[in-house]
Amino acid sequence: MKKYNEEHEWVEVNGDIATVGISAYAVEQLGDITFLELPEMDAEVSMGDSVAFIESVKAASDIYTPISGDVCEINEALLDTPEVLNEDAQGNFIFKLKVSNADELDSLMSEDAYKNFVDSL
Amino acid sequence: MSVNMKIKTIFDKSQNGRKGITLPPLDVSVDTKINSSLLREEKARLPEVSEFDVIRHFTNLSNKNMSIDKNFYPLGSCTMKYNPKIVERIANLDGFLNLHPHVVTNNFSEDVQGSLETIDLLEKNLCEITGMSAFTTTPQAGAHGEMLGIMMIDKYHKSKGEKRKYIIVPDSSHGTNPATAAMVGYEVITIKSDENGAIDFETFKKKMNRDVAAVMLTVPNTLGMYNKRIKELCDVAHEYDALMYYDGANMNAIMGVVRPGDIGFDVIHINVHKTFATPHGGGGPGSGPVGVNDKLKEFLPDLGIKKENGKYEFTSGGFNSIGKISPFFGNYGISLRAITYMTVLGSNGMKNASTKAVLNANYLRVRLKDYFDVPYAGMCMHECVLSAKTLAKKGVSAMDIAKYLLDFGLHSPTVYFPLIVKEAIMIEPTETENKETIDYFCDTMINAVKLADENPEEFANYPKTLGVCRPDDTRAIKELDVKFKY
Amino acid sequence: MPYTPHTNEQIREMLDLIGLDKESDLFSSVPKELQISGINLPEGLDEFSTFEKFKAIAAKNVTNKTLFMGGGYYDHIVPSAVDALAGRSEFYTSYTPYQAEASQGTLQVLYEYQSMICELSGLDVSNASMYDGASALAESALMAVRITKRNKILIDGGINPTYIKVVQTYLSFRDIEFEVIDVENFKTNRQSVLDKIDESVAGYLFQNPNFFGTIDDFTDIIEKLHVHKALAVVSAYPISLGMLKDPASMGADIFCADGQCLGNYLNFGGPSFGMIATKEAYIRNLPGRIIGRTLDKDGNEIFVLTMQAREQHIRRHRATSNICSNQNLVAVRSTIFMSLLGKDGLADMANLCFSKASYLKEQLSNIDGVEILNKENTFNEFVISTPLSSDDFLDRLREKGFYAGINLANIDDSFKNQILVSVTEKRTKEQMDAFVSSIGDVL
Repeated sequence: MKKYNEEHEWVEVNGDIATVGISAYAVEQLGDITFLELPEMDAEVSMGDSVAFIESVKAASDIYTPISGDVCEINEALLDTPEVLNEDAQGNFIFKLKVSNADELDSLMSEDAYKNFVDSL
Repeated sequence: MSVNMKIKTIFDKSQNGRKGITLPPLDVSVDTKINSSLLREEKARLPEVSEFDVIRHFTNLSNKNMSIDKNFYPLGSCTMKYNPKIVERIANLDGFLNLHPHVVTNNFSEDVQGSLETIDLLEKNLCEITGMSAFTTTPQAGAHGEMLGIMMIDKYHKSKGEKRKYIIVPDSSHGTNPATAAMVGYEVITIKSDENGAIDFETFKKKMNRDVAAVMLTVPNTLGMYNKRIKELCDVAHEYDALMYYDGANMNAIMGVVRPGDIGFDVIHINVHKTFATPHGGGGPGSGPVGVNDKLKEFLPDLGIKKENGKYEFTSGGFNSIGKISPFFGNYGISLRAITYMTVLGSNGMKNASTKAVLNANYLRVRLKDYFDVPYAGMCMHECVLSAKTLAKKGVSAMDIAKYLLDFGLHSPTVYFPLIVKEAIMIEPTETENKETIDYFCDTMINAVKLADENPEEFANYPKTLGVCRPDDTRAIKELDVKFKY
Repeated sequence: MPYTPHTNEQIREMLDLIGLDKESDLFSSVPKELQISGINLPEGLDEFSTFEKFKAIAAKNVTNKTLFMGGGYYDHIVPSAVDALAGRSEFYTSYTPYQAEASQGTLQVLYEYQSMICELSGLDVSNASMYDGASALAESALMAVRITKRNKILIDGGINPTYIKVVQTYLSFRDIEFEVIDVENFKTNRQSVLDKIDESVAGYLFQNPNFFGTIDDFTDIIEKLHVHKALAVVSAYPISLGMLKDPASMGADIFCADGQCLGNYLNFGGPSFGMIATKEAYIRNLPGRIIGRTLDKDGNEIFVLTMQAREQHIRRHRATSNICSNQNLVAVRSTIFMSLLGKDGLADMANLCFSKASYLKEQLSNIDGVEILNKENTFNEFVISTPLSSDDFLDRLREKGFYAGINLANIDDSFKNQILVSVTEKRTKEQMDAFVSSIGDVL
């Protein structure tokens, strides 16, 4: 089950590993994605920190981690082919974290709540 | 996609051995040699063309531009007003054109008394118009002026033994404001706008503390709105000894009406290529004089002027000066154009210019308000912001409207800025346009709305008359072609 | 009223539509207590009187001296075609080319400009101009810091001293460490520079020919920089690149320069423009606008602003620079100038400057009391010393109709009695001979 923050990042937790990506809505707003900066491996990040960066033809945006933890995997394949996010944002993760505080998940939006949030924009 | 029409660059027109210039003769004979290891092995492959080739090539290119002299150019926040020809005639006088800046190094101030007088005149005029106590003309563009302003603010706090961390900007600000803050080493706090488009006062109050070095505001803001609580904002910032930075991009709205210095602003930059009609030149050169009140005078940059015993002399900035941001007097040639323009207008002409700029913008706003979304209602100043939000639901975006206008001899307004307005269309007609032109623009905009009802798909084909239509920006990045390849 | 075309009837009609009684009501959103009654300045002047006023002011400037003054600003020829083309209002009165279809003229000129800067420097990519040579150098230093993620810049003392001051201002507000390495006999202190290169250095800034006119080869220094993954930033005099080893051949990573010498007047120092070029790998770190060629929806070639997500209007506080306005029209002038010059013209012009300067250098060396301080390998500038103080020497030559050079003593006390002399293709043998004989007279 994915959960979302207001900055349009999704997170899916399995055991103590959180997988993070950006929402289809965010990708639609950005348009053709051309460049990505990934977080540093092993970086300790807190919920809401700007940890990565995404650039499209006409826009640029920070990626804020929806949950705290230590970066344990980054999707390096995206550096060469960032456009796969345009094809499938929900299916391509950006980085993974070893979760430090699973309770934070409760403050994030469910799939439905996020859908309503996007409709209100 | 296969390439349909290819473009001939000046390089494509090159023919081995052709020349476009005659140089003065080599009238001396010398046998001095330079070590061959220091020499270039192959000549730089500049195009080999005749003078006439050059004339024809660039004249044809110029025909592919829209420009103020040919077209109504209502770009919001850019103040594309008529550039009077007298200004060019004066700027091209030999006495102004051929001065070597190192007369400053040699301290030959007596040889440039005329130019120093024009700098003095410009500084005095700007002080009077803005209510500041001193100006410098060394910044070469608005953003350069912003950088200087924030540097002086930084030095002000340091002189009091403080190192502050943040600069506050509203979310409607120009991108240069946060970029400048970062350039001078500050972190940015962005404050959301309220329902009237003004910086949210309560949030602002909450965010203010003694770590905030400055607040950067554009007045009137990028929505073309004047903030009624501007004085209160200044007072709150000053309670924490944070300084108020006035982004003067929209000065054209307020000349002779209200002065930033009187309200309490501590530093201001002016974009002379906007308010004072110096030519935009396709994106520059500009000139961004900066004015300060007494708090910041001691931090002014290296190279200024003073008058003693009836003669102008150079000054290099005092002990607390932030140093040099330009080698000499910035874009002097542009500053000269600004003071020339101000001389023609005078006090009455400048107030009249602002009045007519606001008149034109409001007339245009009222004519169009029933056809587009109006994100923030009420009187505007020199520009108005509409939105194509409703049209977008029919599949016609602000960009589509922009491209449609091009086919009717009209440059498009600024679109998608300010960022806080969806499908923003930001229109600044300026005072130099007549009512007939504004009416024609409004009629064309209204026709666009009608077309959006009847045949929204048609918009994808605009512009139809310019030979090119809708670049593939993604391809431009992915298949990067930024220079001619032999 | 000048430049507002409104008739009284139209003003009334417009106010009526808006629903206002009088013009002053237009400012109702400005709090009454903040409003002023008007500007305390003289009323406007008619066009004729304005021209007379400024003509009289211009006459107070002195422009009848023969120039042997350079130092980054050179008295070169400006062909008539440059003024004629750049004066076209389609170039002059257009705005930044954000709407590609309406700006193909400016965009194509800038694409050609970028191509020419790449040819001069040998590097891969150029932006569409900066403010001037000094700010281009400062921005290059910031680029080196961004790319290497290091915080120390080495500045060669052979760089134009006014540029060094500008660079220091930019760096000091960012808490970037910097060190100026003084020249030795007007030449880079090679050993000192090599000794200072290590893993902490982001970049080394140098100038070739340096401010004093000395030409050098920096290949070995650049090799050491690259061993330590630091960058080489060279500021160069574009005309000299018609003759001298280009930055890419030396291995430089970033090239910057001032473009005044390419078809522009002296303008009392501005407007000029700055150029900046680099290797393709660093393109995302370039400040300012970049123009690219792509296709439109019908497959036609079209020029556009590209890689815009680096810039302030999109990336805001994370932009590569805050620069917005550049020096477009001056860059357009120089593109026209370089087109006129062509491949051989640039080489010829460089050779003229070099040869004429060499002639003058030789003639001056024959005068008793004049000493040439950098004897070998100079381009079109060199340093002389005389028994007179620099001030005294320059004043006396000025009275004889010459700006004899730049007063180096005013730049640094250690340059007592020293003058930087410069020659361009415009100086004739006759002028140089008269100059030499005047110097003989005053000494």
